[in-house]
Amino acid sequence: MRKLISLGLAAAMVASLTACGSNSNSGTTTTAAGAAESTTAAAGNDSEAPASGEGFKVGVIGPLTGGAAAYGNAVKNGADLAVKEINAAGGVNGVMLELNAQDDEHDAQKSVNAYNTLKDWGAQMIVGSTTSGPCIAVAAETANDNMFQITPSGSAVECVSPDNVFRVCFSDPDQGMAAAKYIGENKLATTVAIIYDSSTEYSSGIREAFMKEAGNQGIEIVADEAFTADNATDFSVQLDKAKEANAELVFLPIYYQEASIILKQASDKEFAPIFFGVDGMDGILSVENFDTSLAEGVMLLTPFSTTEESSKKFTSDYVAAYGEDPNQFAADSYDAVYALKAAIEKSGVTPDMSASDICDAMKTAMTEISIDGLTGAGMTWNAAGEPDKEPKAAKIVNGAYEMQ
Amino acid sequence: MSFLSYLINGISLGSIYAIIALGYTMVYGIARMLNFAHGDIIMVGGFAIFTAVSTLGLPAGVGILVGVVVCTILGVVIETIAYRPLRGASSLAVLITAIGVSYLLQNVALLVFGSNARQFTSVVNVPSLKLAGGQLSISGVTMVTIITCVVIMAALTTFIKKTKIGQAMLAVSEDRGAATLMGINVNRTIAITFAIGSALAAVAGALLCSTYPSLTPYTGSMPGIKAFVAAVFGGIGSIPGALIGGIILGIIENLSKAYISSQLSDAIVFAVLIVVLLVRPTGILGKKINEKV
Repeated sequence: MRKLISLGLAAAMVASLTACGSNSNSGTTTTAAGAAESTTAAAGNDSEAPASGEGFKVGVIGPLTGGAAAYGNAVKNGADLAVKEINAAGGVNGVMLELNAQDDEHDAQKSVNAYNTLKDWGAQMIVGSTTSGPCIAVAAETANDNMFQITPSGSAVECVSPDNVFRVCFSDPDQGMAAAKYIGENKLATTVAIIYDSSTEYSSGIREAFMKEAGNQGIEIVADEAFTADNATDFSVQLDKAKEANAELVFLPIYYQEASIILKQASDKEFAPIFFGVDGMDGILSVENFDTSLAEGVMLLTPFSTTEESSKKFTSDYVAAYGEDPNQFAADSYDAVYALKAAIEKSGVTPDMSASDICDAMKTAMTEISIDGLTGAGMTWNAAGEPDKEPKAAKIVNGAYEMQ
Repeated sequence: MSFLSYLINGISLGSIYAIIALGYTMVYGIARMLNFAHGDIIMVGGFAIFTAVSTLGLPAGVGILVGVVVCTILGVVIETIAYRPLRGASSLAVLITAIGVSYLLQNVALLVFGSNARQFTSVVNVPSLKLAGGQLSISGVTMVTIITCVVIMAALTTFIKKTKIGQAMLAVSEDRGAATLMGINVNRTIAITFAIGSALAAVAGALLCSTYPSLTPYTGSMPGIKAFVAAVFGGIGSIPGALIGGIILGIIENLSKAYISSQLSDAIVFAVLIVVLLVRPTGILGKKINEKV
C-alpha cells in the first residue's frame, strides 16, 4: 500500500515535469501569439527571379510547414510582397531583388540546413529566421560567414548577439521598457500591479525590464505577483492583492490564453483597472467562445494592426495576393525587406560583390538609415542590431483594435 | 477581511480538487489502482460539454448529461481495453499503462480540437453570494461545487454501504480471489466502479471548467495531479478524506500564495504533504491496513 503510494507520487512528479515541458514548448514562439488565428497556410507564391539574373539574392528562412507554419508563411509572403513592389518600381538602384524561401519547420538544425541551401544558391543576405530558437542557431552561422542577416521576428535577446544580425521586432526586454515608457508618458497610471508567468523567459524578461524602467517613469509597482505554467488557472489571489493595493493598471506580460482567464476572474471580482498587455496579448479576441466584452478597454503594445490607416494598402494588397489577412509577422518581414533596400541604397553595394563585403558595408549602413515601416515610423537601428521605434499601443474598442 | 477573502478563494480552489479527488479515491479504493488518466477524462468531459452547449447550442443540463454519458462510456472502454488485460500484472505495469492512457487522451484531443484554448461558458448560473456589504463574495460555482461534493460523498458512502453492488465492490477491494469464490463477478464490479468514477469526472469537468473557464487538451492534467495529492493527503481510498484533503490543499495553496510567495506555493503544498505523510503515512483519514505477508 505504502509502496504503491510512493510509486504514484513519483509518477505524479514525472507527469508534472512533462506537463511543464509541453507548456513551455507552446511558449517558445515568443512573438508568435498574434499569428495564431491565421491557420491556413497560403499557397506557395515564390517570387520569380528576374530574367536578368544580376539581382541581389535574398534568402528567407522560416517554418513553412509544421505547427508554426502560419508564422513562416506570413514572413515569406510579407517579404514576397515587398520584393514584388520594389522590383515593379525599378528595383534597388536599378538592380532587382531575387527571393528564395527555405523551410526550417521551426527547428534549429533544419534552419541551419536551410541556410546552407541558400548559401549554395548564392544568397547574399538573409531575412530570417522567423522564430527565436532557429534564429539563434542561424545567427551563429551567418556570423561565421559574415553574411548580412535581418530577422523580422526573432525576439529573444541572443538572436542579434553577432554584429551582422539585426531585427525588426522589439526584443523581449525592450517590450517591457517600451510598455513602462508608454504608460508613464501617457500618464495611464501611477500605481501598477504586475501579474507574470515566472516559468517562461519571455514573461520574466519583459517584467524585469518593465520594473527597471518603471522607476524612471514615476510608476509605483504596488503588487508584483507571479504564476507558473502549472498554476495558470487560478489568479484570484493575485487579483485580490492587486485590488487591495489599489492598482490603477495591471500589467500582463503574458500570453493571451492566461490573460483571457484573468479578465474573466477580474470581472467576477468586479475589479476593473486598465489591463495592459504586450504582443503576447495579441490574439485575445480570437480565443474561441471568449466573451470579447470582457476585453473591452484592454490595451496592448502591438507593432501592427490591419485597421490602421498606414497599413490599409498593404493589407488589401496582401489579401489580394495571398487570400488572408496579414499578421504582425508579415508586416515585420515586409519592413525587413524595405530596411534591406534602404541599407543597400545607403551603402551602394552591388550584386557582384562578395557576401562578406556586402555585409561589412551594410552593417554600417543599417545604423545610418531610417525607414517608415508598417511596424513603426522613423525606425532606426543601433550597432547592436536592435530597432529604435515608437511603441504602438492599441485599445480594444467594440471588439476591435483601435490604434492609440 | 482580506484573510477571509483568501480563505474563500482557497476553499473555492479546494472544492475543485476535492471533487476530482473523489473520483481518484473511489477507483483506488475499489480497484486498488491509480487511474492517472482521471484528469484527462475530466478534460474529455469538458470538451463533450463544450461541444454540446457552445457548439450545438443545447441547454446546460443536457450538456452535463452528454458529458456524463460520454465519460462513462469512455471510462468503461478504457477499463476493458487497457486495464482488464493487466488484472494479474504488477501494479507498476498498470500504473505505466494509466500514464500511457493519459497521454493518449491528451494527444487525441490535441488532434481533434487543436491546442488553442477555448473559453468555456459556465454551466452553473447561480448568482454569487455577497457578505459584509459586498466586501466578500462567494461565487455561485463555488457554492454549487461544495454542495455537489458533499452530496456525492454522501451518495457514494450510502451506495457502497447499502446496495448489493456496493457490497460487492467492498468485497472485491478486500480480496478479489475470495470475492470470485463468493460468486461476485470481479470484472463487472470493477467496470461499474470505473463507470461511476468517470461519471464523477464529467461532473468535475463541468465544475472545473465553469470555475476556470479555459479549456485545452491539457486542462485536466495539472488539476488531476493536484487532486491525486489531495486524495493521498486525506487518505487515499477514503471518500470523506478526499473532500477534506482537497479543501485543505486548496487553502494551503492560496494562503501561501497570499502571504509567502506566489511563486513558491506549489513547493509549500508539497512540503506540507511530505510532513503529513511522515506523521501519518496513510493520510489524514486513511485506515491502517496490515499487509498480509
